[in-house]
Amino acid sequence: MGRVQPYISPQIHHKKRLSPRQIIIFIILALGSVLFLLPLWWMIATSLKSMQEIAQYPPTFIPQEFHLDNYIRTWAAAPFTQYTLNTLLLSFFAVTGNVIVNAFVAYGFARIRFRGKKIWFSILLATMMIPGFVTLIPQYVMFSKLHLVGTYYPLIIPQFLGSAFYIFMLRQFYLSIPRELSEAAKIDGASHFYTWLRVIIPLSKPALATIAILSFNGAWNDFLGPLLYVNDESLYTLQIGLQSFRGSVQTQWNYLMAGSVLVLLPVIVLFFIFQRYFIEGMNLTAGTKG
Amino acid sequence: MKATIGHKRPKLSKLARQEERQGYMFILPWLIGLFGITLFPMLFSLYASFTNYDVTSRMDFIGIDNYRRMFSDDPLFWTSLGNTLYYVVWMVPLTTIGSVLLALLLNEKILGMRFFRTIYYLPAVLSGVGVYFLWMQLLSPTSGLINTLLSWVGISGPAWLSDPVWTKPAIILMKMWAVGGGMLLYLASLQGVPSQLYEAAKLDGASVFRRFWHITLPMISPVIFFDVVTSFIGGFQVFQEGYVMTESGNGGPMNSLLFYNLHMWHKAFTVFDMGYAMGMAWVLFVIVLVLTLINMKLSRRWVYYEGDDQ
Repeated sequence: MGRVQPYISPQIHHKKRLSPRQIIIFIILALGSVLFLLPLWWMIATSLKSMQEIAQYPPTFIPQEFHLDNYIRTWAAAPFTQYTLNTLLLSFFAVTGNVIVNAFVAYGFARIRFRGKKIWFSILLATMMIPGFVTLIPQYVMFSKLHLVGTYYPLIIPQFLGSAFYIFMLRQFYLSIPRELSEAAKIDGASHFYTWLRVIIPLSKPALATIAILSFNGAWNDFLGPLLYVNDESLYTLQIGLQSFRGSVQTQWNYLMAGSVLVLLPVIVLFFIFQRYFIEGMNLTAGTKG
Repeated sequence: MKATIGHKRPKLSKLARQEERQGYMFILPWLIGLFGITLFPMLFSLYASFTNYDVTSRMDFIGIDNYRRMFSDDPLFWTSLGNTLYYVVWMVPLTTIGSVLLALLLNEKILGMRFFRTIYYLPAVLSGVGVYFLWMQLLSPTSGLINTLLSWVGISGPAWLSDPVWTKPAIILMKMWAVGGGMLLYLASLQGVPSQLYEAAKLDGASVFRRFWHITLPMISPVIFFDVVTSFIGGFQVFQEGYVMTESGNGGPMNSLLFYNLHMWHKAFTVFDMGYAMGMAWVLFVIVLVLTLINMKLSRRWVYYEGDDQ
């Protein structure tokens, strides 16, 4: 990195001036990004308006009055605190389960030689092609026979049984870790478990962080699971809570948007803090093109 | 596999056996999941699809009656399949083209590129009920953002979610907001295209368009293929949009948002016609499987793998 070859620099010099092409692209991207951000702005603006202002035509882009109290009223109109705690609990299990189990299973596929591995791995890849809805109903039947419908177990247990997609991602990542590092530990007589825990895990922190973020996001946004398995309001998650909140406010868009902002805000904040890992996840996915 | 027939399996050394045991120990959690919450439920549902199963009392074998009803007695089956195909057929190409174009723009070296990438990617990480509510408001015929913007250019926008013709385009429009996800995928792959290829083509006087067609497109075709296959499978999963963005999940005006999975959901959890619903699930599985295989077959004609001479 440090050494710059002087030969390239004349060319760079020429490019210092913006070409018309670059200016046009800049303008397109700038206009486009306004268009992409407008929906979010619109959501916030609507959440701050009074009902009278929402009824106005044409609609205003900037609220005439800022009704921050819409948020307080929304939060008080339904047990959103409870919903948040419930969602956090489920997200916690989703993150721990996915990070630990997938990291563990992926090691088996990446670093241990055993008969049948190829077949199991093909099956793993094949399961990625099964649409979730195909297993949804029989899974429900199974959990209902186990008398677990109405509890969180059907939402938590699968998080500890590995996800084909994450296992695949992590396996690819492990394969990129130089073998010598783990071989050295093996020669020292370390077991696979020790090698996994002490050599591989510390080296795969970025990939694990990506999986943590993605599975948090997944649990936070999960709608279908709680919709299917949770009946009691005290167990509602934010997604289900927000959906049922709509029933009580109907078309009072300011409250509905305030609720939506509150549910989406943590993800947006998380995105800005951990953007790198969101993007890393995508790059890992891009690596799966095979 | 061969070794098991006729021959004795080759004896493994103690060390290799230990290694093998450890291998299975590591993949055990996934194996439990594979059998417990994937294969066993799927086999059960295959059997149940030939019965009048309703979770609580009955489970009588009724042959192919569920499948017969599906194909000949249930017009909503066809409606829901049609809606889903409509959605997939438009959504997949539009989002693919959208994300490739966006990635091309965002692959340029210009001021504020990091900022732009962040902005375009942000909507892709947002999902769930909040986003659907947001779009219900944006698509609202009079007070919504979309029709307000359209009115500026002299178009009086449709009633979107209340007009059966416009409900599905509305949902696809919403999906287009999230093209940033695919964009990032393509961006990563565009950055992997060796710049010498472009330099050489430039020297030969190839136009921007020709360079795109003959260099960029083949080089990113494996990612396009991956993206198309996954969005295909994802597209057939469409459910929440129809459930959340319509009145109590009724499928919208004239059932125009009654997607396949929504219909299946109602069969399973509203009328508890479980055998029928599981039959629907298997039909879906077969459809997706066949289409994926066709995709893979076709891919040999247009996907270019570097270092692959065939």
